[in-house]
Amino acid sequence: MNSSTASATSTAAPLARPATWQPVIELRGIEKVYQTKTIETVALNHVNLIIHKGEFVSVMGPSGCGKSTLLSIMGLLDEPTAGVVEIEGRAMQSYSDRELAALRNHKIGFVFQSYHLINDLSVLDNVELPLLYRPGVNGRQRRELAHTALDKVGLSSRTTHFPSQLSGGQRQRVAIARALAGRPELILADEPTGNLDSVMGEEIMELLLTLNREEGTTIVMVTHDEHMARRTERLIRFFDGSQVS
Amino acid sequence: MLLSYLKIAWKVLLRRKFFTFISLFGISFTLMILLVVMALADHVVGPNMPEKRLNRMLFVNTIRQQMVDDHGWMNNPASIHFVDRYVRRMKTPEKVGVMSNIYNATAFTPGGLLPLDLRYTDGNFWQIMDFEFLGGRAFTGAEVDQVQHVCIVNEATARSYFGTTQVVGRTIEIDLKRYQIAGVVRNVSAVHIASYSDVWVPYTLSPSLTRDNRIGGEFMVVLLAPSTAEMPAMREEYRQMMRRVEIPNPREVRALFSYADPMLATFTRALHITRAVSGSDSQTLDDDNVGAFYLICTVLGLLFMLLPALNLVNLNVTRILERSSEIGVRKAFGATSRNLVGQFLVENVVLAVVGGLLGLALAAGALALLNDVHVVAYAQFSLSWRVFAWGLLLTLVFGLMSGVYPAWKMSRLNPVVALRGSGEQK
Repeated sequence: MNSSTASATSTAAPLARPATWQPVIELRGIEKVYQTKTIETVALNHVNLIIHKGEFVSVMGPSGCGKSTLLSIMGLLDEPTAGVVEIEGRAMQSYSDRELAALRNHKIGFVFQSYHLINDLSVLDNVELPLLYRPGVNGRQRRELAHTALDKVGLSSRTTHFPSQLSGGQRQRVAIARALAGRPELILADEPTGNLDSVMGEEIMELLLTLNREEGTTIVMVTHDEHMARRTERLIRFFDGSQVS
Repeated sequence: MLLSYLKIAWKVLLRRKFFTFISLFGISFTLMILLVVMALADHVVGPNMPEKRLNRMLFVNTIRQQMVDDHGWMNNPASIHFVDRYVRRMKTPEKVGVMSNIYNATAFTPGGLLPLDLRYTDGNFWQIMDFEFLGGRAFTGAEVDQVQHVCIVNEATARSYFGTTQVVGRTIEIDLKRYQIAGVVRNVSAVHIASYSDVWVPYTLSPSLTRDNRIGGEFMVVLLAPSTAEMPAMREEYRQMMRRVEIPNPREVRALFSYADPMLATFTRALHITRAVSGSDSQTLDDDNVGAFYLICTVLGLLFMLLPALNLVNLNVTRILERSSEIGVRKAFGATSRNLVGQFLVENVVLAVVGGLLGLALAAGALALLNDVHVVAYAQFSLSWRVFAWGLLLTLVFGLMSGVYPAWKMSRLNPVVALRGSGEQK
């Protein structure tokens, strides 16, 4: 694989990469077109991208430029109109719905701008959610993994609280713990600090950076915040569905 | 996973109180009506005292005589001649008992006239039926043959006539005839047409008892099979036996038809369902219609449940939008469509089970009310374990009926769209 052609331009100082640096996910010639009876909207236009294991990549661009669509396709939640999404050396299109669900469960963790916690469930139950769909993990193991994830985000004292009893920053920490609970290779964060004030946003960013540096978790983060984006090791810019830098 | 589903199902019920109220009202009210109808049906045709061994009993209520020259049909119970000559000679039955229709009788008490229902039976009747004796015993075949003036009275008659149930050995005067009381039994509901009465006396005392060779008479017959497995053989033997019955007055009667039926079939055979469906003008009633009866009841029951089920389907579907974020998150974290269908079905079944339990409580209340107003003499309607089991089954059917479509629709939500909070389908 030729990483120089596949990787988009990085604005952060590149780290010295070993020659065997593994790709986690690879996008080749991705296009996404939304079509109604009268309008055709191109959300992504011929995107090529490789995310390597252990990278922290940020994606920037104006609203509607296709950042979130890119994240949905990388998260195997949406199919591209054209192009190939390759995960574990296999094209996404060759996986069945059930296999895609299993891949999402094992390999990917999501963090959303508006948290998307389930209000009826306690913090611990929310964090356990990905493990619920993982065969062979019993209740005790689920609890242990969820507690470990909550420890990492500093919320182990809030396990019995409900989302409505937490601040925005705490909710996003719970969402990050949920994304971490299943120990995925890749975390996809869609504007994780978008709903938070600058102090809380900074806290969350620090948390993500720590996870990347100390745990080696691969993170792709969509953001509008130039300052946050510059702190990641690679920054990709999008405009009108295309990579521009 | 099930525990998690149950937990969230319970939370959803509590969170949307108005929705829960509307749903529970529809479910519980529907199930209450169905359970009351079932309890009534179970009381009439179920194995209740004294017809406890219904699964071994066949009843012959009528002999249909087809008259010559299209002079129509004549329906009568059986004569003793017919019972003695044909039915008692059958090989399969363990016992053959007879009981007359109900006769109105009157006893005189210091307080005035006491109207009574009186029935003539033989000794076998008491061995086939499981009456609950409060005192004394049944009269025997020997006492019947010796035409002894003995009787059994029910609890209500004993109390009305003597003021107590301790009356064994005392004498009661009915229609100016004196009978010695051999036993006192607990009241039997008037809907048990084969066993109900206030007073039972030996059939040999019946004023209309005849000993000639006529087939039609005044007695219904009950046959007890040695085991449930021998019921079909006993029924078939009766059918074969009817072919050999000699018509005593062939110039008047062309053919005879009679059937030994389980309790339910004694009702359904006369419903003419098959005739109505097929347009046949046959009067032989050769089909007992039990299958058609069950089919009609099932269809009516399902139709009755369909309306509230559709209402619940509608409510559930409109709530998809409300829960789209949750669906999107679950899909994003690896839930398959099957997982989601399972979850929403569990939620619906939990709702239906809660509604079902409420329906059971309401049905118990309605039946208690029916018992209090004495709609049927001596009837004590209750929710037996059979009715409870049927109620549980109905509840599950209801839960699945109203849950499958919304669950499927929810599971088909596109996760990206769901996370945006819109209910667009894949």
